Amino acid sequence: MSEYQALQASPFLRRGRILAAVMQALLFASAALSVLITGAIVWVLVTESLPFFTQVPIWDFLTDLQWTPVFTDAHYGILPLLSATLWAAGIAMLVATPLGLILSIYLSEFARPSVREVLKPILEMLAAVPTVVFGYFALLFLTPLAKQFIPGLEGFNLLIPGIVLGIMILPYVVSISEDAMRAVPMALREAAFGLGMSRVQMAFSVIIPGAFSGVTAAYLLGFSRAVGETMVVAIAAGQNPNLTGDPREGAATITAYIVQMSLGDLPHGSLVYSTIFAVGLVLFVITLIFNLLGFFLRRRFREAY
Amino acid sequence: MNDLTNARSPAVTTASPLSPEAPVRAQVADLSFWYGKFQALHGVSMPIEDRRVTAIIGPSGCGKSTLLRCFNRIHDLYAGVRYEGAINLMPDGLNLVSRTVDPILVRLMVGMVFQKPNPFPKSIYENVASGLYVRGIRTKSEVEGRVEKALKQAAIWDEVKDRLKSPAYELSGGQQQRLCIARALAPEPKLLLLDEPTSALDPIATAKIESLIDDLAKDVTIVIVTHNMGQAARISDQTAFMHLGNLVEFGETEQIFTNPKADQTRDYVTGRYG
Ligand SMILES: Nc1ncnc2c1ncn2[C@@H]1O[C@H](COP(=O)(O)OP(=O)(O)O)[C@@H](O)[C@H]1O
Ligand SMILES: [Mg+2]
Repeated sequence: MSEYQALQASPFLRRGRILAAVMQALLFASAALSVLITGAIVWVLVTESLPFFTQVPIWDFLTDLQWTPVFTDAHYGILPLLSATLWAAGIAMLVATPLGLILSIYLSEFARPSVREVLKPILEMLAAVPTVVFGYFALLFLTPLAKQFIPGLEGFNLLIPGIVLGIMILPYVVSISEDAMRAVPMALREAAFGLGMSRVQMAFSVIIPGAFSGVTAAYLLGFSRAVGETMVVAIAAGQNPNLTGDPREGAATITAYIVQMSLGDLPHGSLVYSTIFAVGLVLFVITLIFNLLGFFLRRRFREAY
Repeated sequence: MNDLTNARSPAVTTASPLSPEAPVRAQVADLSFWYGKFQALHGVSMPIEDRRVTAIIGPSGCGKSTLLRCFNRIHDLYAGVRYEGAINLMPDGLNLVSRTVDPILVRLMVGMVFQKPNPFPKSIYENVASGLYVRGIRTKSEVEGRVEKALKQAAIWDEVKDRLKSPAYELSGGQQQRLCIARALAPEPKLLLLDEPTSALDPIATAKIESLIDDLAKDVTIVIVTHNMGQAARISDQTAFMHLGNLVEFGETEQIFTNPKADQTRDYVTGRYG
């Protein structure tokens, strides 16, 4: 018997092969399951919102300036909800982008290990705070406080929940971008120092470009979270659909509308009921677009070490 | 993974040893290799003689590493590669690059040492034992015995015997490379592949590894890629000169360096070539 045949016949190696095959099948099954679940969600969204789109022309849905589905004079324009959503998420990004970049550069390039060991868990604890706490923090503490400095700020407004959202997504953004920055090989840092760069120059001309795909992914993920976040905006931005260019006013976001409607008892199959799925579909499309954007950005700027 | 190898490569072919006095350990037979559409090897044929050192030399990018990495199917890690032809492992003529031959079993028979030392992030002892665990060798006494033997073969035992439990990363580059050689030797491979094993090392560490290869050749068949002419001349018994994916000349090392038949070989070994 040749050595190859002996190896082939070895019970130990055969067990290993079987185990590997089983593991591979399990991995494939879980991957398939996640695809299946996503598919099922999309299917429900589409089929449940179909009644809506058969009764409301898509053009009205996209251009009507009012969202009043329960009024006698019903209007079904998504713009008020959409603009409130984008205001809140946009303000969140304005807060989270500079803060997140500074924090992650500090943690990965400047902080001594002892400082990092303390700071990171504290930051990650932010992610453990229930969102409803953030919501009431915005409504009952920050908004009254900010009213003293910002004239015209309403009790329900988009500005303060937006800022709170930005702080809420900070831990995610920092954690992912810091990991990406730390994955930049030491050899590149040595090369930067070797050219006489300071730590700050190194961070901006070597580390951020080197970690570009990871940092981008972090922000896109953060934006998706901000768009989909419900509690803070439902509590502190109000429940009143309001197409506005002024973030000092309150306005219901898509998620706030969904939660408001789901709490009442809507007759299954009614037009109002299907509005929930229609606006949910819009939410899904927005996050999908951003995820696709992240996918292509990463493909384009892929770093291979 | 099945499309990696070509159906035209039968699992077992028979080829007779070229020189009757030295038995052939492996026979490369009309081996071609593709990275996607790019053909990196063009019909290479050569014998690998048993318990001798075969050196592969040639200018950078000529396909030395590509050829070496066919012997243990490391290429299979990457998508879109294709083999044609055969590397027949003697005496039974098992074709290592055949699609029907399990690449994992091939790697259990053919050890490899890479250009840069790549110890695992584990202790010195665990590094050498890794290959044994993969083969189901777990008896403490046997593992200990074989780890010690491999470390001695790799001429590093005296330097590490008192700190087998410390991390491999604490060793110097030259020591790490000898550790990697010990790791490859512990499972007693039929064939040991070395891809420019000293190119990242200083002259003293290089000299140590060269003399170790000399000793090893008593027990193990070695194929080594090197860009160092002196090294090939010093340690190998046979030399293959490659150019642009072709095997230009193959012969006894002495003949290749003193009396090459091809002009290209002469230019290269005398340094007239880049
Ligand atoms: N992964 C790869 N994909 C495509 N082409 C490759 C790959 N690796 C090597 N090559 C090409 O194959 C040829 C031989 O490379 P290699 O075997 O690494 O040369 P060397 O003789 O320097 O070891 C070169 O032209 C190289 O560009
Ligand atoms: Mg090479």
